[in-house]
Amino acid sequence: MAFHHYVLVCGGTGCVSSKADDLFGELAKALDQEGIRDDVQLVKTGCFGFCEQGPIVKVLPEESFYVGVKPADAAEIVSEHIVKGRQVDRLLYKEEDSKVHAKVDDISFYQKQFRIVLRNCGFIDPENIDEYIARDGYLALERALTGGMTPDDIIEELKESGLRGRGGAGFPTWQKWGFSKAVEADQKYVVCNADEGDPGAYMDRSVLEGDPHSIIEAMAIAGYTCGADTGFVYCRAEYPLAIHRLEVAIKQATEAGLLGDNILGTDFSFTIEIRLGAGAFVCGEETALLASIEGKRGMPIPRPPFPAVKGLWEKPTVINNVETLANIPVIISRGGEWFAKVGTEKSRGTKVFALTGKIKNSGLVEVPMGTTLRDIIYNIGGGIPDGRAFKAVQTGGPSGGVITADYLDTPIDYEHLQELGSIMGSGGMIVMDEDDCMLDVAKFYLEFTVEESCGKCAPCRVGGRKLYNILDRMAKGTAEEEDFGRIEDIGQAMKRASLCGLGQTAPNPVLSVIKYFPEEIGAHVKEGRCPAGVCKGLIQYYIDPEKCIGCTLCARRCPVNVIAGERKEVHVIDQNGCIKCGECFDACKFGAVIRR
Amino acid sequence: MKEVNCTINGVTVTVPQGTSILQAAKTVNVNIPILCYHPDLPAWAACGICVVKIENSPKMVRACATAAGEGMAYITHDAELHQVRKTVIELILSTHPNSCLTCPRNQNCELQRLAADFGIREMPFEMNVPEIEADKSTPSIVLDPEKCVKCGRCVAVCQGMQDVWALEFIGRGDETRMAPAGDIALNDSPCIKCGQCSAHCPVGAIYEHDHTRAVLEGLRDENRVSVAQVAPAVRVAIGEEFGYEPGDIQTGKLYAALRRLGFDVVFDTNWAADLTIMEEGSEFVRRFVHGEGEIPLITTCCPSWVDYMEKYYHELIPNFSTAKSPQMMLASMAKTYYAQKIGKGPCDIFMTSVMPCTSKKYEIARGDDMYSSGCQDIDYSITTRELARMIKSAGIDFRNLPDEEVDEALGIYTGAGTIFGASGGVMEAALRTAYHLVTGKELEKVDFEAVRGMEGVKESVIDVEGTEVRVAVAHQMGNAKRVVDAVMEAKRKGEDPPWHFIEIMACRGGCIAGGGQPYGATDEVRLKRIAGIYRDDVQSTYRCSHHNPQIKAIYDEFLGEPLSEKSHKYLHTHYTPRPIYSK
Repeated sequence: MAFHHYVLVCGGTGCVSSKADDLFGELAKALDQEGIRDDVQLVKTGCFGFCEQGPIVKVLPEESFYVGVKPADAAEIVSEHIVKGRQVDRLLYKEEDSKVHAKVDDISFYQKQFRIVLRNCGFIDPENIDEYIARDGYLALERALTGGMTPDDIIEELKESGLRGRGGAGFPTWQKWGFSKAVEADQKYVVCNADEGDPGAYMDRSVLEGDPHSIIEAMAIAGYTCGADTGFVYCRAEYPLAIHRLEVAIKQATEAGLLGDNILGTDFSFTIEIRLGAGAFVCGEETALLASIEGKRGMPIPRPPFPAVKGLWEKPTVINNVETLANIPVIISRGGEWFAKVGTEKSRGTKVFALTGKIKNSGLVEVPMGTTLRDIIYNIGGGIPDGRAFKAVQTGGPSGGVITADYLDTPIDYEHLQELGSIMGSGGMIVMDEDDCMLDVAKFYLEFTVEESCGKCAPCRVGGRKLYNILDRMAKGTAEEEDFGRIEDIGQAMKRASLCGLGQTAPNPVLSVIKYFPEEIGAHVKEGRCPAGVCKGLIQYYIDPEKCIGCTLCARRCPVNVIAGERKEVHVIDQNGCIKCGECFDACKFGAVIRR
Repeated sequence: MKEVNCTINGVTVTVPQGTSILQAAKTVNVNIPILCYHPDLPAWAACGICVVKIENSPKMVRACATAAGEGMAYITHDAELHQVRKTVIELILSTHPNSCLTCPRNQNCELQRLAADFGIREMPFEMNVPEIEADKSTPSIVLDPEKCVKCGRCVAVCQGMQDVWALEFIGRGDETRMAPAGDIALNDSPCIKCGQCSAHCPVGAIYEHDHTRAVLEGLRDENRVSVAQVAPAVRVAIGEEFGYEPGDIQTGKLYAALRRLGFDVVFDTNWAADLTIMEEGSEFVRRFVHGEGEIPLITTCCPSWVDYMEKYYHELIPNFSTAKSPQMMLASMAKTYYAQKIGKGPCDIFMTSVMPCTSKKYEIARGDDMYSSGCQDIDYSITTRELARMIKSAGIDFRNLPDEEVDEALGIYTGAGTIFGASGGVMEAALRTAYHLVTGKELEKVDFEAVRGMEGVKESVIDVEGTEVRVAVAHQMGNAKRVVDAVMEAKRKGEDPPWHFIEIMACRGGCIAGGGQPYGATDEVRLKRIAGIYRDDVQSTYRCSHHNPQIKAIYDEFLGEPLSEKSHKYLHTHYTPRPIYSK
């Protein structure tokens, strides 16, 4: 029986935390009450990507895009839209400066995107294997196993596609698979690195939540290609929804004969197990990840030998990141040649970014490699909110650097970002505006890497802490000129002598803000001033007696009660007790609270 | 074997495939600076000091952990490398207490040496030294985490070489430190007190409990006769502290130095090793020939092995030789037999043992049997390193001391006694005497070369007048597992044991590289010390324990015969299962 409506509810972690589950329940209830449950296909999908607007409900065939939907809105959507055919205008997404309700395809957030990795996210029920199969799922595996593709054919296809690792380093995937295939061994493994840990990044989580079967299919293809019969997904325990959906998907795939013994009647067998990470960023580094799977403390070891040759339990192991794997089924089913047409010469395909920070349309975006930062930030992201000015964008998370307005037209690919002192990284993209202090930004990332250093190698363990301490002194106005020399020395030592990528890249945020914002950083050191007014050690709030009318609002907002003054009298902030939270500054309607 | 050709600073080098850049550089006389690397251990690649450059590449790689590659060109020093290494050293120094003058490793510290070599004159970085209390819970070693440089050697030694797993990394980031798992006290952990962590620590973060002051105080007591005993392995290593080569035999100077320090009587643990052979050899004959007791017989001279067995393999207690270690035998004989001889009571003797070992400090109070004379048989056990410090602080000119003789009563020893210091020595000494005890004949050739050397597990079959005696020797605790597991397996299956007699020593190479020996033991040093041990054997007047006139004398005058009631009272001990974690 055909459905007359499809109601797709975003079931990504972002929307779920905004009560999308309750909303889903209410929609089901409303459909039941209207007695049309069987006529309407209600689906909880993976992430739609437009997280700024969540929770999101999409209704087909009208392509109505309802945003910010609350559980209480469910009845209205059902009774008005589904039953009476009248869209609920107040919930429909409108482009800025437009009164027109945009259809999904016309929304500018989506228009410049090109979805390969996220092809199924937001379209299918990730907990229903049939929906994945209906969108050509497992076709690639079938083609590989029964369509006469040899492992060499697959590697050739990958080579033609030009796919490079999406975890950050950009190593050609076909080479990695080839190394592993070439090694003679009684046992080999495939590992999916789902230990996504960059602050603000959630690309991998969304793929696992929205399209887990694509990862399973890719891992099975990797197993067939390299000669492995066992796969592990190493996923951080903080992703319970992703883990649950992956578990469901593994179970369904096993029941469908797409995992397990003699897949599709061939003599290829492959199983997948999930291993949970305990929240250590360094376990995203492949050798530390493998140690963790083995039950050891997650600490990197020197390479070579590379895991493809000697990995898990010393056996050849192919490790790919989630996003890399999500590309594989498409490459196999549509061909490497097709894939290679997307992107730039050296960086083929697309890249998913988690666009966050001071940006109107925060969310998950997938664009062809070579798209400019300007396109992402302004055309997809909608620019900076509240009329503030763009200052910088950080790519590559704590391993990357800041990119300034001068470089917004840089096409995004591995090489260009590296030239700018940043890296592609796994896809975190955090936008900063004029209110952000670049020193504070660098300090934030460094605090993260100091915290997440495994402690094994001296340059990272000690160097990171020292760098942080210097930035902390700068933020308090107690740094000295010589500290710039120290940053240079430590930065070089960390980049050159740290054992793994975490330590080698940890100085990047600091070095890049010193390079691109020398005046702002210099103001902290030479003048004891934070131009953006962020560094608490360098700012003071006081009340301009000329402007204060004694409304008492600031005193009532002050969390530490250090603002004194009677009604209709000028108020005064006791500097000794002020914690510089800025509540008074934000509260004052008369511009009487001054920050300097 | 396949070889690779590369260049080091432009000089062509050909080395076997798999050779590290570090080793390859040595062949052209370049010693790349290192801190965490130790030749006993797999490269852990933590410190980042041994980085080198690859020509035309921006990358630096660790020389310790990177194999030299075919056609590669390596640069091991230039201004940039110097700066990076220096910064790394400065970073490490900024987390390390500036207390060299009061550190047990003063003048013998690998970090101090690096700081000196790099001419570090001022600290560019603020100091962040963690404040963590030292763990003094075991009687043998002290963990001082404040001094730790996180090189990871102790963990690799404890887990990898020794298979003990007492030490682990805990915490992360700059709070990482080495401690027993779960951050419990070392004495509550599986620690076997072997002290190999202290022998491998590049700095003063792990060291022996110092008993030198207590010994000096004891020497002041005029009412007690102060007696020293020196273990076999000490004589071939202590010279290193005074500029001699490893393996140089310093027995005469040792005796002289001990007397200069104030010891009234100087005995030699080698004599007691001969006594041990009489007891243990007889025990073997009783078990093997007469079927009284379990086979295989397993040696128990090594207190760390005893501790390990009591924790991990206490099912093997019936297989353990009940004979005490030579140190304990000498002590009980000194406080009974010798005391009587000179008209003193047991407690009138002040007994100090000089051992290559940190575990001997534990052994002296291991159980009630260690008080067999009526008071504690050994008052203090000090390591070779402690004795060297005592000699130096007393201003004794060791190099110019005359060679002196031992006090004969418990001092005359045979070559069989001295080889206790090397892995396989106890076995070889026992075989020399057991052959005699079984057959009543003397061996024509007393050397059993199959049980000597650095192989982790050594096996041999000895023909005793048509009867095969299968023996195995293991050293370095991690190698013992292979042997004892095979024994356990046979036991479980009710099969014949794979061996009849087994010797196990906790430390690699045996006591010559014990946890209390002079720092810097590598296989090169071990082999030299071992060579010294066997030179001492060959030079000896007697080569078999049962030929020792002073051994014959003590049986005639005091003990009666091996395994007599008196022997059991003074020379034998008991074992008890112990939990791996006591808390």
